[in-house]
Amino acid sequence: MKAPDFAYIRPDSLDEAFAALAQYGDDARILAGGQTLMALQNLRMASVDVLVDINRIPDLSGIHEETDHIKIGALVRYTALEKYALIERHAPLLKDAVQFVAQPAIRNRGTIGGSLALGDPAAEMPACILALGAELELSAADGTRRVAADDFFLGLYETALRPDEILTAIYVPKARATQVYAIDEIVRRRGDFALAGLAISGDAVGSSLKSVRMAYFGVADRPILATSPMAILEGQSLTPAVIGKVREAVTGELDPPDDPATPAAYRRHLGGVLATRLLEKLS
Amino acid sequence: MTEAMKTAQIAFTVNGEAVEASVPVRRNLVDFLRNDLELTGSHVGCEHGVCGACTVLVDGAIMRGCLMLAVQADGCEIETIEGADESGRIAALQTAFHRRNALQCGFCTPAMLLTAAALLEQNGTPTRDEVRDYLSGNFCRCTGYQAIVDAVMDVAEAGV
Repeated sequence: MKAPDFAYIRPDSLDEAFAALAQYGDDARILAGGQTLMALQNLRMASVDVLVDINRIPDLSGIHEETDHIKIGALVRYTALEKYALIERHAPLLKDAVQFVAQPAIRNRGTIGGSLALGDPAAEMPACILALGAELELSAADGTRRVAADDFFLGLYETALRPDEILTAIYVPKARATQVYAIDEIVRRRGDFALAGLAISGDAVGSSLKSVRMAYFGVADRPILATSPMAILEGQSLTPAVIGKVREAVTGELDPPDDPATPAAYRRHLGGVLATRLLEKLS
Repeated sequence: MTEAMKTAQIAFTVNGEAVEASVPVRRNLVDFLRNDLELTGSHVGCEHGVCGACTVLVDGAIMRGCLMLAVQADGCEIETIEGADESGRIAALQTAFHRRNALQCGFCTPAMLLTAAALLEQNGTPTRDEVRDYLSGNFCRCTGYQAIVDAVMDVAEAGV
């Protein structure tokens, strides 16, 4: 189908974008890469009166190195995440994650900020920034605030973004020398949304794992941290016995939605499978 | 374009030729190329980014023509299958697709060729799995893919 009728505005600066949001309020929607929003409009599952296209706002692109963080502009496209040396050096989990995101033509256009602002529960980027303990920069006409990934995803397609705000950047803590990480997902077809996925980040100190964060996607209404498995892992070596306990804790803790094609018990099982796979890889 | 509008004046190049047009903002890029410019080699399949038939190049990168508005191509360089064909840059792939029977109805073929060319540009020696992975966003309902992968591998192995 074709998208329903809408108006289009293409601001050249953030201030112009804020002005458009102020003028059109709930009728407006930010258009970044559009790889979800345009599809939803064509399917007539979304109807937007005014599209505010932020693709030409220069402040939103680029990746910058800061003292402790890598600042990733919200408009950075997946393909760029794969190619930038700064990402490979300081946030390699994101580079590894890109291969799971849709297909090349989508990755050439889709943006990291778009994925985070949409907050699809089965998408890779939200889980990765949760695993990495990143912060999101939310900007509005009256100022900018930084929100931890832990506090950003509130529910199904629901985030901490206010209607007058634009997600402008992501601050990812630089990878430490001890950092270990891994991501995997289970899909029916290459590039589909995950039935279940897991991103892990932590520190290997001697033979034990510290500061472990396990972020699941595709198993709840938002990306979630598996807190009891994380507590079990803290300070432990990745022995088969520990991995077994973690797996048990994962299947006990996950409470995925039930749908006819994918029963909750199946997703719970996949959660345990992914934990085992990734922890064995890290051991 | 800092005022909300329903119709926009745009200028961009398509297959090396300058194009200026007034377009309704809700017209997507592939519809504009097909209906306004009569470049009908790019096809419209699912219109939600899944089938890949609408693949075109925007500033040198393959993209979904159905998930981008024509107005967003303002100032960009677009290449369609017609341009890739005329320039000869996909000639080896075209020959290999023909020789391997890698098409039947042909609906997916222009996008398959552009996507395969994008792969070979980045990775001249892909494995069969890498070819399948890269083409996984392009649906073919005739061939069963085997012959398409064969054709792409032929070109990769010939190193042209």
